[in-house]
This record gives sequence, structure tokens and C-alpha cells, in this order.
Amino acid sequence: MAAKSIISRPVYGTLSPQPGKHHLFIADAEGALAISDMAGRAPAGFFDGAEIDFIPGPGGKHIAALEALKPAQFHQAPSFASLLPRLKQTLANAHMGLRLYLAGTEGLIGQAMQVALEAGIDHTSIQTEHRGSLARRMQCVHCKGITENVTTQPATCAHCGLLLLVRDHYSRRVAAFQGVCINAEDRSEIPPMEEIFR
Amino acid sequence: MGITFRKETFRDDFTFKNSPEHIRRFPFPFHEDAYMYAVNIEPHVVGPKGSVLENLIDVDEHYVAEMQDRALVLAEDPLRCQSLPHMTLAGWDLLELLMEQQALGYPEHFTLTRDGDRWRWINRPLGIDDTFTFGDTSTLPYGPMEYITRQSQGDFCILDQRDGNLWMDAGMVTTQADWSLDFDIGMNFFEWHAPVPLAHEKGIFTRALKFLTNIQQGKPARRLNWTMTVNPRLDTSPENYHKWGPDRATVTPENVGDKVHLRVELQSFWRLPRSNGIVFPIRCYLIKMDELVTQPKWARRLHRVIRDLPDELANYKGLTRYRPTLVEWLSKLDDGSPTSPGFGPD
Repeated sequence: MAAKSIISRPVYGTLSPQPGKHHLFIADAEGALAISDMAGRAPAGFFDGAEIDFIPGPGGKHIAALEALKPAQFHQAPSFASLLPRLKQTLANAHMGLRLYLAGTEGLIGQAMQVALEAGIDHTSIQTEHRGSLARRMQCVHCKGITENVTTQPATCAHCGLLLLVRDHYSRRVAAFQGVCINAEDRSEIPPMEEIFR
Repeated sequence: MGITFRKETFRDDFTFKNSPEHIRRFPFPFHEDAYMYAVNIEPHVVGPKGSVLENLIDVDEHYVAEMQDRALVLAEDPLRCQSLPHMTLAGWDLLELLMEQQALGYPEHFTLTRDGDRWRWINRPLGIDDTFTFGDTSTLPYGPMEYITRQSQGDFCILDQRDGNLWMDAGMVTTQADWSLDFDIGMNFFEWHAPVPLAHEKGIFTRALKFLTNIQQGKPARRLNWTMTVNPRLDTSPENYHKWGPDRATVTPENVGDKVHLRVELQSFWRLPRSNGIVFPIRCYLIKMDELVTQPKWARRLHRVIRDLPDELANYKGLTRYRPTLVEWLSKLDDGSPTSPGFGPD
């Protein structure tokens, strides 16, 4: 669980089965466990109208557990970038009433939500559950580059190299936390880098 | 008699200055010798002649130079002006509002003539004379919001109202006090204010949102906000913080009076007629300490406000590094005598 923070920081819940016939699940790594846990509370036949898109990550675990739920479609993707074209088409062709469930790392939830927002889905209608790493997706406010999987505070921008304070201020549209130069007033001040987003 | 527009800069050699008349009309934001957040919103009605409230959209001696600085910012970073696709109608609403108000207040400088949808806009200070079709974006060189806000002082945020909230869905933001439109666009009222300390707990934003969502057409409201800026720099954006941040380490007892500026935002809130959006102009006024302390009451009061400001607020406003130097300098101008009530100079 993430610590209490400011209002723009996303708050995640626990997946729960929503009324409807069509359900789309997007999960990575330990997000699979959120789907398995929810399945225990779902009515019979719930997964007959469900698609699960799963990014197992380096551990390669939980695939069999998701297949065992017998969703109408199960798709395994090596990365979010590789899932993106399929996800965009699925959302573009979706009918009114599709329910969306996102589970796993903050980066996965944020990026999948960004695509859903662009497809016109209201963010408050999306079920989310955070599982696994607290690593952050960060946008450098100076050069606008995104750095993935940030675990330290401060963090170095992978694009322009500035040392950035990783703020709690979060944009759903950018799907990232904001990074702002931590030593702009005096570049000789180099605060220690601590690993805090694990 | 028209305004004499100053030739001046807000970067590099920083030649910005206020004339003596503009010092007297400066919107000093402290009505007492202390400061804490409040929902300090009041009706935006016309104020005394010679004040910044003489007209509801104020044009002053810095107009031309500010518009030149805005053009420089946009050439460097076009992301400072953005409008989500559903906000074009609100952009036309804003164009109408700003053309009407500027032409009404300053007929010697601006003229708007309308023949049905065929509009002619003359902006003499900037040498513009354009005829266009209201509502047809193809007849203007920019989108309607960008077109008119390249000709109007202050930043502009256009808020869409839905689901009982206000959404920052369009804006022209080049003179901001350290917030990023590019990052915050699409956020709701609570989200874009999320980083502000203390005010959420005091219920400030809940009350302010309730007030703002009830603003009616023809009944605008306003409030003042303030911060401080080292050098008269309009573009204190987070995007460029790594470029202007070092300025904060350059304040010395010798240069405080010239370098440190009080930065006041006159924020107003207007219901837009066609889109039902709210436009939120954030008009920035700068005054250097040497100019401000020509009014002894302001010098005494500012000393007490800055000296007693809670650390969290001082930090949020970016004053921490030079506050001791500033307070020491101001203390010499404070003999401890009482200050008269109200904002104005004695």
C-alpha cells in the first residue's frame, strides 16, 4: 500500500466484479493475484465474457492461474508497448457497458488508464488494484522525457540528466509523476539518493 | 489620452520598471500585518479611477513588452498554450470577452466592430487590424483562445464545468508562479491544487469550488494571490526552473531592493455564455522592493508579513533561501508604528 499523500496521487482499490457482460482485465506480474482473488467473489460464468491481457514480467509467474479462470480470451504480452496496438483496437471497438479492470504496478495501471481515457472511458468507472512494485513512472518537467521504473529519491532524468525530485503530483493524462530539478538553485548541492519506491 | 507603453524586458538585462503612477496603483495584497490563506473572493466590480480595478480587464504601461515576452516564451515552448478538443467554443467566448472589455476600457487603443458574424478587431499598440468570422477558426491565424491571449496581459485558464467540478481543459500560461499547464491540463480543481500546503486541511478548496461553480454570467468575482520573484521575470515556469532557480542564490544585502520583487496575481473568474465554462485570468503585477518601499506603510507591513510567515508557506513560495536577507533589509524601514487599515498606501 502506498503511504498517505496529496490529492492528485491516484488511490487504488480492490477489484470487485461489476455488473455487465463484457469485462476487460489488464494486469502485470503480481496483478494476476488481484484477478485470482476477485475470481473467488465472482458469480458463476463471469469469465465467459472476459478478456485477460497479461504481462508476466521477468518472473514469468501466474500464467497458469489466469488461464485456469477460462476467460473468453487470454492474451499474454511481453511488454506494455507490445500490448498497446491490441488494447487500442479493443477499446475502439468496445460497446457501451464494457467494464475495465487494471491490476499490478502503478506504471501499468497508469498507462492502461491513459489509453482508456483517450478512448473516452471515465476514470472513475475503472476498477484498479495496486500489487507489486511501487516504482514510479516520472515525467521530467524540464525536458518532458519519461523515465520508467524510478525507485530512488531523487532520481536522474534518463533524457536530460538533471537530478529530479520525484513529486507525488500525478497526471492521469501523462500517466506519470512529476519530476522537478532538486538542486536548481545551487547545482553544487547534491542530496543523497535513497531507494524509496520499491 | 492613451497609455504610454514602456520599452522594457523581463529577461536578460531586466529593464522592467514601474512609473511613479504605477507604483501608487500597485495592487498591494495585504490588508493587515499578517498573512494566512483565506477564501478571499469578492465581486469583480469596477473600482476607483486610477486603480488597477478602473477597468475589469486592466491594460497598463507594460502591455506591449509583456506581449513581446509571451511571444518569446511560445516560440521556445509551444506547450505553454494548449486547448483540449472540446474547448474551442469556450475559446470563442473568451475572445469575445477580452475584445469587448479591452475596447470598452481603452477605446483609443482597441476597436471592435461587428456586422453579424463578421468582426473587425483593431489593436493599435500591437499594429493588428484583422477581419474574421466569429466561430470560424479558419479565419484567424491561431485558435481563438491563442489569438486573443497573445494580445491580453496575464495568464488565462479556461475551466470546463461538469460532474460538480471544474476541469483545467485549456490555457495560455507563460507568466506563471511555478506551475505547469502541460502537466496539469485535464485535472480537476482539487487535483491541480494538490501540491498547495495547508489549504486543503482548512477546507479552502471545497468552499472555493462551491463558490466558483455557482458564478453567474455578468457577475465575475476576483481574489488576490501573491508570491515573490527574484528579478522581474514573468516566465517563472517549472519548465525553466533550472534556468531561473539560480537567481534565488544571488540576493545580497546590497541588491535586495533592486532584485527582489513582490509578485501579485489579480485572479478573476468569469462565466462564459455559450460554453458554460469559467475563464480564470491570472494577471501578474511585479514591483521591486525599492519601488514598493517608497510607500512607508507598505514597507512596514511587508516586513511584518514576511518576518512572521509560517515556514511551510515561505518554502512553498520559494522564499526560504533569501528570506533572512530580505527581512533584515525591510526591518530598517519598520519603526514599529501602527499601519492604517486597508490595502492602499497612506
